[in-house]
Amino acid sequence: MNNAVEVVNLTRRFGDFTAVDNISLTVAKGEIFGFLGANGAGKTTAIRMLCGLLMPTSGNGRVAGCDIIKESERIKSRIGYMSQKFSLYGDLTGRENMDFYGAAYGMSRKEVKQRRDELAARLHLEDILDRQPVSLPIGWRQRLALAVSLLHRPEIIFLDEPTGGVDPVFRRKFWSILYDLAEEGVTVFVTTHYMDEAEYCGRISIMHCGKIVELGKPFDLIAKYKAPNLETMFIDLIDSRGGECAKD
Amino acid sequence: MNNALQINDVSRRYGSIAALTDFSLDLPTGQITALVGPDGAGKTTLMRLICNLIDMDKGEILIGGRNMSDRFDEIKPELGYMPQVFSLYPDLSVEENLRFYAGIFDVYGEAFEKRAEELYRFSNLKPFRGRRAQALSGGMKQKLALSCALMHDPKFLFLDEPTTGVDPLSRRQFWEILLNLRNEGVTILVSTPYMDEVARADRACFIFGGKKLAEGTPDELRHLFEGRLYYLDVEPASTLVEKLNNIEGITARRFGAGLHLSIDRDDDIEHYRAGIERLGLDFNAINPIEADLEDCFIQLMERLS
Repeated sequence: MNNAVEVVNLTRRFGDFTAVDNISLTVAKGEIFGFLGANGAGKTTAIRMLCGLLMPTSGNGRVAGCDIIKESERIKSRIGYMSQKFSLYGDLTGRENMDFYGAAYGMSRKEVKQRRDELAARLHLEDILDRQPVSLPIGWRQRLALAVSLLHRPEIIFLDEPTGGVDPVFRRKFWSILYDLAEEGVTVFVTTHYMDEAEYCGRISIMHCGKIVELGKPFDLIAKYKAPNLETMFIDLIDSRGGECAKD
Repeated sequence: MNNALQINDVSRRYGSIAALTDFSLDLPTGQITALVGPDGAGKTTLMRLICNLIDMDKGEILIGGRNMSDRFDEIKPELGYMPQVFSLYPDLSVEENLRFYAGIFDVYGEAFEKRAEELYRFSNLKPFRGRRAQALSGGMKQKLALSCALMHDPKFLFLDEPTTGVDPLSRRQFWEILLNLRNEGVTILVSTPYMDEVARADRACFIFGGKKLAEGTPDELRHLFEGRLYYLDVEPASTLVEKLNNIEGITARRFGAGLHLSIDRDDDIEHYRAGIERLGLDFNAINPIEADLEDCFIQLMERLS
């Protein structure tokens, strides 16, 4: 199968509130897919279902070749996850964090060491590996968190606002790493509020009030809405649908 | 130009780390100045110094011509500060948070009711006045934090990355509010990682390693870019980037779904036609583009480091 994500009619309700409303999505292997939406549109709930962390109320599908309902445990060993908030243990060093997560993924000490050295070289982390994340600027912390999410060689990585608060230089370097990963066949599923980053994606979807209201290549969407850029297109689209979705 | 706030040669160290070094900046009255720099550049230190939350090692800050350190009690009611970390009480409601901050600045009774109405008008938070702060969306939280900082009607407003992690529509609305405040004469300093926001400010200051890299209007800053910039519409494979960078005189980097090429200002892209075509690329797919604020910022930073 060549698709990393293939889900149909996914819905999740919390009591009376429908957080994700009947979304269907296919993401090809090696694609960089931008999963956009306003705050509170349902992105995080959707990602949690794709990662096997939350059962859908209805709908089904496969992620990294695993059934999201029947094989939700197996999914976790095949995907990497990184978010702006969740991250590393602040008072363990980078090296200790990698050892810890490697063990949690069931990797042998030898495997972890080999993979750690490989990722450190690739993401230029050698100088910070023995420092505690709390003492590092956000840009470096996020790069370290990305390395940790890649330890067990996942087929697909889910990045939830990986560059929030990160400066432009670091953001560009971070995206350069994502391109390299995609070239090697790793699927990158990313949320961001930076519309310049969204333009870097092969395709994007835009969520509003639990539904996917647009899906396509960034430049095609800009053309469709006759907007000067993706930011204006996004604002026009969300505004025309009544703005931010309030849970009331 | 009437400068409401002058920062003159200010330095501040934390132990062995120089957070700000000989830093000077003037904030013109009734203008928005954007502060842009990487994490650890000294932005938060600067905001805290201006608000007298920490002491400076040397230098002076003048607010309306008055020395801030000497006359802070007099100046304090004129300042509004919104720190980077969400500073409200999560289990108090929207209105309770407003009332709490009003109390700190002695705004009570009718004065409070009147000011709360004004703030609700621009924040659109009135329908949510009874909701606990922790249950608000990211954009609404930031509007509430801004409202609290504005409760006592300050003349100066200092905002530390107020829109980080906020979606584009909420960011746009937040900036509409800032532009309105500016039009009412409030002098604003706002730090941000978003270059589109910098473009909407009256002036901007790039800061790096505790020092000022550049300052000016967004247009002035854009023109600091040295060289010529081109966009190449081609799949940005890493091997291709490497091959292009091997051509003497060209710097290539990925940009979105394509590539950015830059050459010296007095150079001509025609000189590289043969080298580019040798890589199997269509020379006609190369289009000159204007450098944007981000290109300029990155170039200035790279020149220093």
